[in-house]
Amino acid sequence: MEIKERRQSDVVVLSPIGRVDNETSPIFQAKLLGTVGPAYAAVVIDFTEVEYISSAGLRAILMASKQSKATHGQLAVAALRPIVREIFDISRFSNIVPIFVTTAEAVAALG
Amino acid sequence: MLARFWGTRGSLPTPLGHAAVRGKVKAALTAANGRLFDSEAAVDAFIDRELPFSVRSTFGGNTSCVELVAGGDDYVLCDLGSGAREFGNALLARHGPGRKHRFHVFMSHLHWDHIMGFPFFTPAYIPGNEIRIYGCHRAMRDAFRQQQSAPCFPVDFRALGAAIEFIELEPGRPYEINGLSVRTILQNHAGDSYGYRFDKDGKTVVYSTDAEHKYGALDDSYPFVGFFRDADLLIFDAMYALADAISVKEDWGHASNIVGVELAHQAGVKHLVMFHHEPIYSDATLDKVLAETQRYEEISRAGARLVVSTAYDGLEIEV
Repeated sequence: MEIKERRQSDVVVLSPIGRVDNETSPIFQAKLLGTVGPAYAAVVIDFTEVEYISSAGLRAILMASKQSKATHGQLAVAALRPIVREIFDISRFSNIVPIFVTTAEAVAALG
Repeated sequence: MLARFWGTRGSLPTPLGHAAVRGKVKAALTAANGRLFDSEAAVDAFIDRELPFSVRSTFGGNTSCVELVAGGDDYVLCDLGSGAREFGNALLARHGPGRKHRFHVFMSHLHWDHIMGFPFFTPAYIPGNEIRIYGCHRAMRDAFRQQQSAPCFPVDFRALGAAIEFIELEPGRPYEINGLSVRTILQNHAGDSYGYRFDKDGKTVVYSTDAEHKYGALDDSYPFVGFFRDADLLIFDAMYALADAISVKEDWGHASNIVGVELAHQAGVKHLVMFHHEPIYSDATLDKVLAETQRYEEISRAGARLVVSTAYDGLEIEV
């Protein structure tokens, strides 16, 4: 799985491409945990190009969220496609991680 | 085979309260909106076709007890939660106390909500009945005796009239019991629990409750995929939402609807029935969770369609 990375102000924006499922979630998880690792890291996951996320991908987000809180960082997700947003709602992950309509809004909030 | 659900609630019995009943009456009257019905059949048609399940009925509040009807004169049950009382009473109403029966009961584990129906299981009091209780826990006999002894209960276990036998099963070993091929699997739950796979005449029912799943990336190497493989019916503990099951309720020993769908898809299951409902969930919430889970099944489907339903006390599913 390809995951683009860019820095905007003091926020790291990760943009995975494709499906975050059983095959790709190990890559997604490794990248995510590596990015939220440093203290005070502010990270936005840009879901613009994500078609689907399975429980394995959601678990990775939860792990990153826990790690981020432990290191006084911030984590948010943004630009969810309607189907991905449905999965966040059905799994109640909407209650776990802040969701923004656009990546720009997320970056502004975290920056 | 046919699965008949006598108790479907998790953790503790959950009676429908007065406010919930009033809410259903109010919702039904609001839906009728002043309509006049010229017959009882018209009333029934309105109830069945125009009211959601959570308004016209209830998922029920008895704890785990599922009957498997697989032919023969003996009865087969999974767990003895408070639903066992309903089962026993229905049996006596149908046959009277004179007719003697043999029961085969498969225990997932010995937590209170799974054994609490036994002191109220009337056939246990009738001499001539035979009750064979199977399970993988060594402490089965002790658990049943302790809950039915002073000061917890007025009638001591030793006073029961039926012939009661506890039969310890070896996890993973296949058995032939009452014409059923039976296999067990160790599940992740405090004090351990066990799932059961029942095969007969090319049909398979799996009973897997009180089980937490902690896989990361799911593939066929996960033991439950093989255990659930091609099941016609999977009775699955879907007590929590995924976010709760892996965060605040991690290690509480229960699974989620999302994990149920993923496992069922991976294993080629035909029908997933959600079971062991969270006691704080109202009928409306359970209706909503069912609709969401059916939608998730649709979103995540890569192969054949998986039927998804929610168990309720009184539900029958034929496979």
